[in-house]
Amino acid sequence: MDQQHLVRMANSIGDFFEAMPDRQEALGGIAGHIKRFWEPRMRKELMAYVDAGGHGLQDIVREAIAGDRIA
Amino acid sequence: MFKLTETDYGTPAKTSDAQVTLNIDGVDITVPCGTSLMRAAVEAGILVPKLCATDSLEPFGSCRLCLVEIEGRKGYPSSCTTPAESGMHVLTQTPKLQQIRKGVMELYISDHPLDCLTCAANGDCELQDMAGVTGLREVRYGFDGANHLKEAKDESNPYFTYDPSKCIVCNRCVRACEETQGTFALTISGRGFESRVSAGQDQSFMESECVSCGACVQACPTATLQDKTVIMLGQPEHSVVTTCAYCGVGCAFKAEMKGNEVVRMTPWKDGKANEGHSCVKGRFAWGYATHKDRITMPMIRAKITDPWREVSWDEAINHAASEFRRIQASCGIDSIGGITSSRCTNEETYLVQKLVRAAFGTNNVDTCARVCHSPTGYGLKTTLGESAGTQTFKSVEHADVIVVMGANPTDGHPVFASRMKKRLREGARLIVIDPRKIDIVDSPHVKADFHLQLRPGTNVALVTALAHVIVTEGLENKKFIVERCEEKAFNDWQEFVCRSDNSPEAMAAVTGVPADILRDAARLYATGGNAAIYYGLGVTEHSQGSTAVMGIANLAMLTGNIGREGVGVNPLRGQNNVQGSCDMGSFPHELPGYRHVSDDVTRGQFEQAWGVTISPEPGLRIPNMFDAALSGSFKGLYCEGEDIVQSDPNTQHVAAALMAMECIVVQDLFLNETAKYAHVFLPGSSFLEKDGTFTNAERRISRVRKVMPPKAGKADWEVTVALSNALGYVMNYTHPSQIMDEIAALTPTFHGVNYEKIDRLGSIQWPCNDEAPEGTPTMHVDQFVRGKGRFVITKYVPSDEKVTRKFPLLLTTGRILSQYNVGAQTRRTANVAWHTEDVLEIHPHDAEDRGINESDWVGIQSRAGETVLRATLTERVQPGVVYTTFHFPESGANVITTDNSDWATNCPEYKVTAVQVMPVTQPSEWQRKHQRFSALQDDLLKQRQAGAIALTTK
Repeated sequence: MDQQHLVRMANSIGDFFEAMPDRQEALGGIAGHIKRFWEPRMRKELMAYVDAGGHGLQDIVREAIAGDRIA
Repeated sequence: MFKLTETDYGTPAKTSDAQVTLNIDGVDITVPCGTSLMRAAVEAGILVPKLCATDSLEPFGSCRLCLVEIEGRKGYPSSCTTPAESGMHVLTQTPKLQQIRKGVMELYISDHPLDCLTCAANGDCELQDMAGVTGLREVRYGFDGANHLKEAKDESNPYFTYDPSKCIVCNRCVRACEETQGTFALTISGRGFESRVSAGQDQSFMESECVSCGACVQACPTATLQDKTVIMLGQPEHSVVTTCAYCGVGCAFKAEMKGNEVVRMTPWKDGKANEGHSCVKGRFAWGYATHKDRITMPMIRAKITDPWREVSWDEAINHAASEFRRIQASCGIDSIGGITSSRCTNEETYLVQKLVRAAFGTNNVDTCARVCHSPTGYGLKTTLGESAGTQTFKSVEHADVIVVMGANPTDGHPVFASRMKKRLREGARLIVIDPRKIDIVDSPHVKADFHLQLRPGTNVALVTALAHVIVTEGLENKKFIVERCEEKAFNDWQEFVCRSDNSPEAMAAVTGVPADILRDAARLYATGGNAAIYYGLGVTEHSQGSTAVMGIANLAMLTGNIGREGVGVNPLRGQNNVQGSCDMGSFPHELPGYRHVSDDVTRGQFEQAWGVTISPEPGLRIPNMFDAALSGSFKGLYCEGEDIVQSDPNTQHVAAALMAMECIVVQDLFLNETAKYAHVFLPGSSFLEKDGTFTNAERRISRVRKVMPPKAGKADWEVTVALSNALGYVMNYTHPSQIMDEIAALTPTFHGVNYEKIDRLGSIQWPCNDEAPEGTPTMHVDQFVRGKGRFVITKYVPSDEKVTRKFPLLLTTGRILSQYNVGAQTRRTANVAWHTEDVLEIHPHDAEDRGINESDWVGIQSRAGETVLRATLTERVQPGVVYTTFHFPESGANVITTDNSDWATNCPEYKVTAVQVMPVTQPSEWQRKHQRFSALQDDLLKQRQAGAIALTTK
């Protein structure tokens, strides 16, 4: 899977949930959304990208994924 | 089987709490107040002679045949225009009435050809019937005087003929064009003897504003306006009610047949979606079903550069099954998947997802709703609790304010547009939110109060600004919010929308909509009475599609415009079974009834019923399948009824993905663009060749009924059953009704649905279960499906597709009335008479800047690709915006669109692509490649045909 495409997709999810006033809810929303809608190989690929530094991912997305291992 | 000729009550039904009882020809009859004497008589079983009256039109009182006598009253009033009153004693047949009617008929016939035996309407002519009823035996005036008998026919319309020599100037066609269709293309020109029906200003039908909906043909009592198929084939001998295979309105039609041949399709007046109306596609454009391009033999080939080889069903199915198993054995269970389509029935889509989950053993199944209304599913489920529109179409009759956002109903959903326009003519107010000046903004007797002509990609900014006005000006429905919605979510959302950066003044720079106009529109929506929002793909096909849908739901909850007639959130679905294909669990994360695959209880029910283990993980969505194919982990695809190469964005990306796969099985009517990349072709069946159901945009489940045998020997559901059996997962259905029974058993919102009930009721709107045994016309009446409605914060996030010096214009795409989706159906009909190629709409200023003139070839370049189309200069689009359609594969509209997509659902951002447009002299490189590739594929298909001929002539 194209990692940069996955990064763009994850960041757009982050854009939506970042507007929530409750940061914990936003973090849970991001991780929950990816778990509910992304097929495992996409999650695994994104997880690997995060583990490799996650360059280009928004902070809130990286934090959400790091806090709730989505794969 | 249904009656060929339905009872015509002469005037429309009236609804009233008050009833009146009267006596007609000795029969007491009670009818609602306001009912005409003519209709009351018909309801009492008494037929009053008539010509200018029909129950789809308001009474006109011109033909003078329906005269009656009323005790105590002078004269002979026309029964169509006289309301029934309590205590009336009415006579419909007296010697005097007979004498008057006979005299009237004699005048009509004195200027009418006496060619009944060779007339196309012979046996279906009300004039002929009335001549019989009135006992006309001679015409004393002769036929030598001035008459219209030699007037020339207008045969310009490809589907019907206008023969003025047979016109009795009853005005039914003119009134149908006005009242039913709302186009006002017809009139009576001339006065007295010169009076004739005229299209436009004495133009031919094709030159006029006529949209060929067929309402005039349907209303005509003689052979004046006649279907060309009836002229060619004669009168039908039986009819079957079925459901149109085009848009999400889901019109009910009578397929009028001669044996297995369709003579014509006429709109069924008892069909609740269309109430007897139609559009050019459903009414006339069904010839594709028997087009010579239909492929009726299964075919296989090892490589896409090989000629096709015709094989038996068994060989094709077994080959497909063995290829899928081979791929799974070498690359894993999840290396294959399936795509179903909104052109398929509920039963077919259910079977495809069942096959993928149970026989393939993966959740890699998706449907074309992915690329149109998947954000509706996500957005409405999140806010209201159910992934569906909230109303019936009829609900629009109670709307006081109508918002049309990102939809072009007169082109995309024409029959609903007619119903909407009727309400607008009655005085409802209209707000249009669209980058283009679509027809409904300013059309005969309909003019939008506000056209918020926003920039493409700014829906969320606009919707949030509307909410800002309503909240900050105190126009919200506080009682509704307190009683029906989640308090915390509302408070959070309220704080968000009240911020000054969400004000119309702040957002004007983003949307391009002047703040004062937006404020006035918001006030009208909030305070104008029943307000209903109708939206389409102009809302969903954006990077913030789901956010915009939630913004719309926020507005409806904020103003309490939900849970009763005349209001609501109404997605206008693109294809006939978008709603149904989503309902049936075609999405990779959901089982039927929108239940997530990770839900152990739901999954357990399906596992028990199907006797398999189902993965709790979501599968790949369509764009994910392409990405996975290009990265080498997805290699096999079963694609039923969908043309992903033409319809999905970034064509070159899609084509590359397909070429990276090892086995693509396409099941379709034609060798479409996707089939050119396929290894197995399984012939599909048209909607005329199978039984099943479609579910339209108002959740209405209607029957599709087989009127002819499948041309390839198998209906689509039978093909899926055969493939499943070959894969070793046995399916034993012998009729689609059994599939629906299984759906009903496993899906709470369908528990009460079965074919017998649909046949009895005509159609059913789900939820249909013990709580609502006959269905649910209006949703969320007392509470939301999710309990309390949830306001969701809708922060505007600009699209990545931004205008730059290199790409200074924004392209948006859509469709046109006469063509449908990828055009596979309509391109194979006479509808090409209206639209032979996709063109690029460009504003005259942008054209002038680039030296572009009308009909010039122009290159449209985006970061995804380039194509060439002819330009048309129009102020329908605003400066900075260009527009095209995607009905023709060679146009390559989706060569330009990008792989940007909705954050929640991956629905592509078709509506916003940054482009440059410049004059060119030749097709683009992609078009030249496409031409070569298509020529090769056509040749490979012909080689198959040559082989078949050689075999049969040996």
